[in-house]
Amino acid sequence: MAVKNNANKCMYCGACVGVCPVSAIVLKDTRIVIDEKKCISCGACVKICPVGAMNL
Amino acid sequence: MMIGNETVYDAIIVGAGPAGLSAALELAKGKANVLVLDRKQEIGCPKRCAEGLSNRYFTIMKIKPKKEWAVQEIKGAVLYGPNGKQVKMKQKNVMGYVLERKMFEKDLAIESVKKGAKILLKHQVVAAVRENGIVKLDVEVNNQIKQFKAKIILACDGIDSLVARMMGLNTKNNLNDTDSGYQYEMTGISGYDENCLHLFFGTEVAPRGYTWIFPKRDGTANVGIGIGAYVSAQTKLTAKDYLDRWIETQPGLKDGSIIEVNAGGIPVGGFLEKMTADNLLVAGDAGHMVDPIHGGGIGIAMEGGRLSGTFALKAIKSNKFTDDSISGYTKEWFNIRGNLLKKRLKSRHLLEQLTDDDFNYLAESITMDEALNIGNGTLSKTQMAILFTKKLIKRPGLVKIMMKYLSE
Repeated sequence: MAVKNNANKCMYCGACVGVCPVSAIVLKDTRIVIDEKKCISCGACVKICPVGAMNL
Repeated sequence: MMIGNETVYDAIIVGAGPAGLSAALELAKGKANVLVLDRKQEIGCPKRCAEGLSNRYFTIMKIKPKKEWAVQEIKGAVLYGPNGKQVKMKQKNVMGYVLERKMFEKDLAIESVKKGAKILLKHQVVAAVRENGIVKLDVEVNNQIKQFKAKIILACDGIDSLVARMMGLNTKNNLNDTDSGYQYEMTGISGYDENCLHLFFGTEVAPRGYTWIFPKRDGTANVGIGIGAYVSAQTKLTAKDYLDRWIETQPGLKDGSIIEVNAGGIPVGGFLEKMTADNLLVAGDAGHMVDPIHGGGIGIAMEGGRLSGTFALKAIKSNKFTDDSISGYTKEWFNIRGNLLKKRLKSRHLLEQLTDDDFNYLAESITMDEALNIGNGTLSKTQMAILFTKKLIKRPGLVKIMMKYLSE
C-alpha cells in the first residue's frame, strides 16, 4: 500500500518530498502528488509531516 | 504539447528563494544570460521560516535593512529552560532583524531583474537531461510542457528539491538529520520583550528542538516549533500537536489570533559532501545549507547562493561545465561556512544527549559567553575539558557525555 496524502490537512510544505528515499513524492504548487508505483511504504514522510497529513 | 525554445541560457536557476535570487544577482551582475524558474505563484510565500536574519549576513551580503521588510530590530535573546528559568542576553546594539520575507524576497527579485535576470513563476521543472554539453529542462506550465536550455543549472529549489536528483546528484535528507517545523504568525500577543528572540527548551515542550517566538512588531510574532523528525513516531504527536499544546500553557499567547500558518522540514545536518555534478551546482536548503543548531538558513542560503553564482560565472567564462571543473565550489563552501556548520553539528549532537535536568543545571551554572562559545564550536578540546570539569564536576552523567564528545 502506498502512502496517502490528506489534502485537507496538508500544508504543501514539501518536507515529505525532502525525506522520500525513492523520489516518489512531488510537490506541485499547492498539492502533493504520490507515485504509487515508486512508493515503498517506508513511512519517512509520515514521520516528518508537521501536521500528520501523510498516512500509511 | 511540447513547445520548443531555441534560446540557450548561460544559467537557469531553479527556485526563487534567498539562495536562487542571490545566485541570480551574482550571475546578472557578471552579465550572464540568466533565467530563474519557480514552481510557486508568489515569491517569498508561503514562508517555511521564522524570518530571523542576523547582522553578520547583512555585512556578508552587503545589504542594508529596509523598513519595508526589516520589520523588527533584535537586540538579544531570552532562553527558557525546562523548569521555566530564563537566561536573558540583551545588548544595546541591534544584532539582527526579523524580516517580512514576502517583501524581502521580492526586493531581492527586483534587484536581480534590474541587473538583467529574468524570472518566471508557476514553472515546474519535471525533467532534466544533458545533451551535447547543455541541459534541457522540461517545464510544466499551463498544462503544457515547455523546453528550456542552459549551459549550467543551479538547483536552489528547497528541501523538496528534485532537480539535482534528476541530474544524478543525491540531495535526499536523512530522517535523523531533518526537523519537522510548524509555525503560526500570531497577533494580539503580549508579555514578551519585542526586541528579543524567545527560545523555549525541554522534552515536554519540543523534543530535540525548541519552540520560538520571533517578534514582528505590534504584538505580532512568528510562534513556531522545530522537533526531531523521529519524535512523532515515538510520541504519536506531530509538530503541530506539540505547538498547539504549548501555546495553551502560555498566558501571553493563548488569546492571540493566528494570521498565518506555516509548515516545513528543516535539514539540520547531514551536509552534502558533494554539491556539484556535470552542469549542476546546488545551494540553499536543497544543498542542506542550514545551521544545525538553530535551524536558521536565510543568511546561509544567500551566502551559498552567491557562491554558487560565482562558480557558475567562472564556468560560463571558461566554457567548462564538467563536474571536475566546477567541483571547487564544494571545497570553497566548506572553507567559508560548511566546516563551521559541521562543528556546530557536533555541538548539536552533544546537546541532544542532555536531559531536562542537565539543561536546568547548565542554565544555572554556565554563563552566556561560555554557552555561546560552546555553541559556536570556537573552543579547543582542552578549553572545553577545563570548562566542563569546572562546571560539571557535580554531575557525573554530564561528564560522561562530555568525555564521549571530546573523544570523538
